[in-house]
Amino acid sequence: MNTTVKKTCIVCPMGCHLEAEVSDNGEILSVSGNTCKRGDAYIRTELTDPRRTLTSTVRLCGAGAERYLPVKTTGGISKARLMEAMKALGEITVTAPVTRGDVIVKNFLGEGADLVAGKTVDAG
Amino acid sequence: MEDKKIIIIGGGPAGLAAAIEANNQGIAPKDILILERDRELGGILNQCIHAGFGLHMFGEELTGPEYAGRFIDIVRERGIGYLCDAMVLSLSPDHEVAFVSPTEGFCRIRANAVVLAMGCRERTRGALNIAGTRPAGIYSAGTAQRYVNIDGYLPGKRVVILGSGDIGLIMARRLTLEGAKVLRVCELMPYSGGLPRNIAQCLDDFDIPLYLSHTVTAIHGKERLEAVTVAKVGDDRRPIPGTEEYIPCDTLLLSVGLLPENELSREAGIVLDRITGGAQVDETMQTSIPGVFACGNVLHVHDLVDFVTKEAYRAGASAAAYVSCACASNEGHEPDTAARYLPTEGKNGVRYVMPQKLNANGDLNADTALFFRVDNIYRDRSVILSVDGKPCAKVKKRFLEPGQMEHINLNEDAIAAIREGSTVTVALD
Ligand SMILES: Cc1cc2nc3c(=O)[nH]c(=O)nc-3n(C[C@H](O)[C@H](O)[C@H](O)COP(=O)(O)OP(=O)(O)OC[C@H]3O[C@@H](n4cnc5c(N)ncnc54)[C@H](O)[C@@H]3O)c2cc1C
Ligand code: SF4
Repeated sequence: MNTTVKKTCIVCPMGCHLEAEVSDNGEILSVSGNTCKRGDAYIRTELTDPRRTLTSTVRLCGAGAERYLPVKTTGGISKARLMEAMKALGEITVTAPVTRGDVIVKNFLGEGADLVAGKTVDAG
Repeated sequence: MEDKKIIIIGGGPAGLAAAIEANNQGIAPKDILILERDRELGGILNQCIHAGFGLHMFGEELTGPEYAGRFIDIVRERGIGYLCDAMVLSLSPDHEVAFVSPTEGFCRIRANAVVLAMGCRERTRGALNIAGTRPAGIYSAGTAQRYVNIDGYLPGKRVVILGSGDIGLIMARRLTLEGAKVLRVCELMPYSGGLPRNIAQCLDDFDIPLYLSHTVTAIHGKERLEAVTVAKVGDDRRPIPGTEEYIPCDTLLLSVGLLPENELSREAGIVLDRITGGAQVDETMQTSIPGVFACGNVLHVHDLVDFVTKEAYRAGASAAAYVSCACASNEGHEPDTAARYLPTEGKNGVRYVMPQKLNANGDLNADTALFFRVDNIYRDRSVILSVDGKPCAKVKKRFLEPGQMEHINLNEDAIAAIREGSTVTVALD
């Protein structure tokens, strides 16, 4: 028997209420509730390989009172590896000056996305 | 310090965008001054390190610091005046701004136009009246956000969050990622005030339970928080006896809403809106004091910074126009038409409408948007814009939620119907 899976689309703030019709063998038969095609793509990956962009901070030195640098992954990493990724961030220290968009770690955890600086900080 | 053409109070996204647009409209960079009390520009976005900003403006999802950075870069490149560590203390009706700063000392300067962009602050526990002791370990969600993201300090290990607005939801995820256990999020209302996507990606992703129609009724612990009592509330939002639960925890975050920061505006005598807590403005973002404009969270609480930026562009352009027009009238040209204001109102589920008034002699056009919030969750309803009771525009909505700011634009029918003494109404069908 087919089942209906409901998910809130997280791709944009519209937060469309998505529904996927899934067959017994896990095949996605149809998607509804999406306003745009990104919603369709979202629920398809969400049901097979859920991924999330990670945003956090890493230690910063050489910037005076500013001791933490916001960072993000340039794309999704496996949702199941978020806590592992947080541990890895704990090992990183960046030295100012740093420019928004600077790559801190290429292909972070081998997940395909880079870890980049989220802010420009002058040395201070 | 010398007088300026435009002074902008607050260097968050609203202040930055207002400054940039005033410059776009011909005001020289050196004639503009942004006064920011923090050590850096960017406002609250500096601590909002999560992604979710800029989808409308830039077509991509940026983090708060990235979004702010794009505007800070422009301000710096153009040499637009700004001063950090500058706390504005007062504003007078004739546009005199008093501030203190470590480099300038106490200063009074005057401007032809002033843009209010002070943002908002969080409601505190005082506004809440929870019974019990006053131990350490109780923070507003925004304060906790600052501790974690700017100061690198985790406020606690076992956390209860009261309030399911976006900041509370974002902090539930953030604290979880940093190693704390978020036990639950309690929400007084039967629905969450946060974006649905944040419930999905901040709570559901980490199996954090959301208790709707629940509140904290007591706080326990002497020095440090030891536990809270949580109870279910009835339709009257009062705790139901017998539903109390004792939950051991060391941290309680209060995410119970934002209040526009309007002490300066109030003291200047600007007329404020009882519902939004911000100034009453017309479609140019002008407050009740001519030449004083408002935008961003100081005007009404926004969920999306993109709309803050758009509103601030309008305020910045209006301030620039006011300055140019004031210079012209000083040279003997009278402004050709006096303002004729019509009130706007929200009805039938619409809690407020901003702008609160429209100038019938102003430039009303299809870009004039009326922003509003609804008072409950609605499905499959239409939003109707009417003038003196005559429906002029209708927009169908699948979902309407109090957590999402909505808007409807004026159209030709509405503009044609507007005359002296009209009222413009936004209502649900
Ligand atoms: C904790 C929190 C989390 C948020 N998360 C999101 C989100 O995820 N996505 C989103 O789109 N929006 C989010 N928002 C909304 C976002 O803050 C607003 O969209 C935007 O930052 C408002 O911009 P603003 O410039 O009006 O206010 P702010 O960013 O608050 O800037 C106001 C500035 O004015 C300064 N100021 C105030 N008073 C004075 C004074 N007397 N003298 C000098 N300077 C002064 C302040 O220091 C501050 O820098 C969040 C808001 C808060 C409070
Ligand atoms: S389906 Fe499209 S419009 Fe709807 S939330 Fe997802 S990305 Fe946004």
